[in-house]
Amino acid sequence: MTDTRTVDVAEPDWLRRRPRPGELAIRGFLFVCGALSIAITVGIIYELGKESLLFFQDDRVSLSDFLTGTVWQPQAGRFGIWALVLGTALISIIAMVVAVPLGLAAAIYLSEYASTRVRGFFKPVLEVLVGIPTVVYGFFALTFMTPLLRSLFGANLVGFFNVLSAGIVVGILIVPLISSLSEDALAAVPDSLRQAAYALGASRLEVALRVVVPAALSGIAAGFVVALSRAVGETMVVTLAAGASPRNFSLGEDSLFGFILDPFRGAQAMTGYVAITASGDVSHNSIDYNSIFAVGLALFVMTLGLNSLSRRFVRRFRQEYE
Amino acid sequence: MSLLTPVENDLYPTDDDYRSLLGRKRRRASIFQVLCLSALVIAVVALATLVYTIVNDSFGLVAVVNEREPAEVVDALGYDPEVVALADVPYDDLVGLLEDAVSNGVGRRLEREQRFYEDRLLFESEQTWNEVCATAKPPTGCTAGVRDKASVLALVQERVIVPDVIATNQLVPSLLDPEGFEAAVAEAFEAGRFPDHSPTDMRIEWRAWLNPTFLTTPSNSVPEVAGIRTAILGSTWLVAITILFAVPVGVGAAIYLEEYARPSRFKDFIQTNIYNLAGVPSIVYGMLGLAILVRALEPVTSGALFTAGVAPSENGRTLLAAGLTLGLLTLPVVIISAQEALRAVPTSLRQAAMGIGATKWQTVRSQVLPVALPGILTGTILAVARAIGETAPLILVGAASFITVDPSGPFSKFTALPIQIFQWTSYPQEEFHSIAAAASLALLVLLLVLNAAAVLLRNRYARKA
Repeated sequence: MTDTRTVDVAEPDWLRRRPRPGELAIRGFLFVCGALSIAITVGIIYELGKESLLFFQDDRVSLSDFLTGTVWQPQAGRFGIWALVLGTALISIIAMVVAVPLGLAAAIYLSEYASTRVRGFFKPVLEVLVGIPTVVYGFFALTFMTPLLRSLFGANLVGFFNVLSAGIVVGILIVPLISSLSEDALAAVPDSLRQAAYALGASRLEVALRVVVPAALSGIAAGFVVALSRAVGETMVVTLAAGASPRNFSLGEDSLFGFILDPFRGAQAMTGYVAITASGDVSHNSIDYNSIFAVGLALFVMTLGLNSLSRRFVRRFRQEYE
Repeated sequence: MSLLTPVENDLYPTDDDYRSLLGRKRRRASIFQVLCLSALVIAVVALATLVYTIVNDSFGLVAVVNEREPAEVVDALGYDPEVVALADVPYDDLVGLLEDAVSNGVGRRLEREQRFYEDRLLFESEQTWNEVCATAKPPTGCTAGVRDKASVLALVQERVIVPDVIATNQLVPSLLDPEGFEAAVAEAFEAGRFPDHSPTDMRIEWRAWLNPTFLTTPSNSVPEVAGIRTAILGSTWLVAITILFAVPVGVGAAIYLEEYARPSRFKDFIQTNIYNLAGVPSIVYGMLGLAILVRALEPVTSGALFTAGVAPSENGRTLLAAGLTLGLLTLPVVIISAQEALRAVPTSLRQAAMGIGATKWQTVRSQVLPVALPGILTGTILAVARAIGETAPLILVGAASFITVDPSGPFSKFTALPIQIFQWTSYPQEEFHSIAAAASLALLVLLLVLNAAAVLLRNRYARKA
């Protein structure tokens, strides 16, 4: 064997790697595009953080009151975030109560029962529901759902602004999200599991509920969490239908099931507060202006937490089947 | 004992037991199936109800009182009201009508908003006009062009005809029971609910709130004469700016991640970050836009940087700031869909191109991108459709709802379709709900067209592949 290391092959000039400034420039541009997403995140965190810091530096505000207080009255200098969180929580819970059974049942039907023709009819309907702007859902909540609830339960029981109407409509809005994510999870369950269950004499019901759904559980859970995060961040329906006054409460005095959790009364949500405050003419550097950033930061942290939770579920689901 | 003798004991179910067990199991299964199907039916019903609500509010009978009847006005101008409608009357006559009807003060305000003629002023003296235009904050009329006919017609409607819809009825009750509405209006008159009007001036007529005039008339604080032209133009500008920003940057980021970046922690970080951004509520993007684009970059977004001294807009609450905010919002969606489209391109294509000596960019530009283009386009259209309907970020960035002048460039103040719908929905009067419904219907039709385009593209692409 000859030792190739000793052979000195002169590379011809035309074969040598040429410097290509154009290629480099394009590569640089593409890199900047990719890195921009990081700049956006940094921008969000920086701005929310900076303005929130200004908010907490104000004499009228204290961090502990903000984090523990249950009364939100900016005019009186009382900023207890829990009054707004209550509104967001009530609406999101009602929305999930509406959307989880509907979305999951729809997903099971589409993935386990439906023929191609039936899918071809229902899938576009769900896609159209996703595409409708939320402000139109808000109009729907105010002009259809609220009057309906008021005629069902009585106009003196149900307020003109109430969290039930907002919650149900937000629920309708997130049904397609839950159903499409759950359907993806159900479809990813290997067919061998279904076939094994059928071979043991299981009915479709048993296959769906005892084999496929448990196998896809972490994927389905991921869908639920994404939907919850969407409900928490939903703005227009909440602003239009749930009213503009926070439900200020005190845990000791107000009864939990009487006033605090009453679905027939209005309660301003976090997003609703931000939208209403910003749509009025707020002067910059006022305490109101800074307060929307503090609420926004809380909102951002909540949705970020929910989204990373959902990705953890997805990762576990992938580990099971890939 | 023969092998064929059946076993007689209680351990195994008999045929009858077995059948009833099986029957119960089947019944349970079919009940479950019906329950699952009903969830989908509920979704269809919800969609149908939503569309029904909007259509129902967009059309119907109204009881209207005009201060002057259009036919009478046309007749007074010397035209035959049988042949000529108010909309057909020439521009000069409409301006004349307006000149007679409004006070000098109102006329001056209108003229400062937008002039009627290029060569002469109707309400303002030449000298005052020049003085006003030389001030630091000149009114819009100094720079904006001349009013068009639709705008003047809307003013005539508002100031001369002064229609006042005193009661509205929805589409379905109007169709099923038109007499019921007349009776209700007559009853309301008797009860003294309309002290300013007499029943003889009142006419009951059909009104399609969504009509060509509605689409071409600028916004107004009077619902009877308000339109969505400024809103449609505003939304168009926003979409244009969004596309110009989000598509090149989004596709560029997707190309970087799919074609250039080697697997590394940094790439994973960017990827995770993009998924996170896709989940950030739109209102948070609104805050980002407000803090950075409207305030920190005010010299850029108000246009002051480009027009030495005189800013086209007094602050950063402009189309440019809002369009870029929507661009940031749609960016993650565009990136993710473009990445999926690029991933679907077979690797063999890239290898073939590299094999004959193409550089990376040549490979991407002339082999990968053309194949991925339909997929990228579909994703982009869907992202843009989402951007058109976004309301919350626009509220934060400061879309104003009482803009009656068409946007003239990226530095104009603006309003947009979803903002109009939001404002009109939040007023208690029925007429505002009717125009909110009409504007929603217009928005839905627009979105339907965009989605249909996306579906068509997808189908064409699917057939090719």
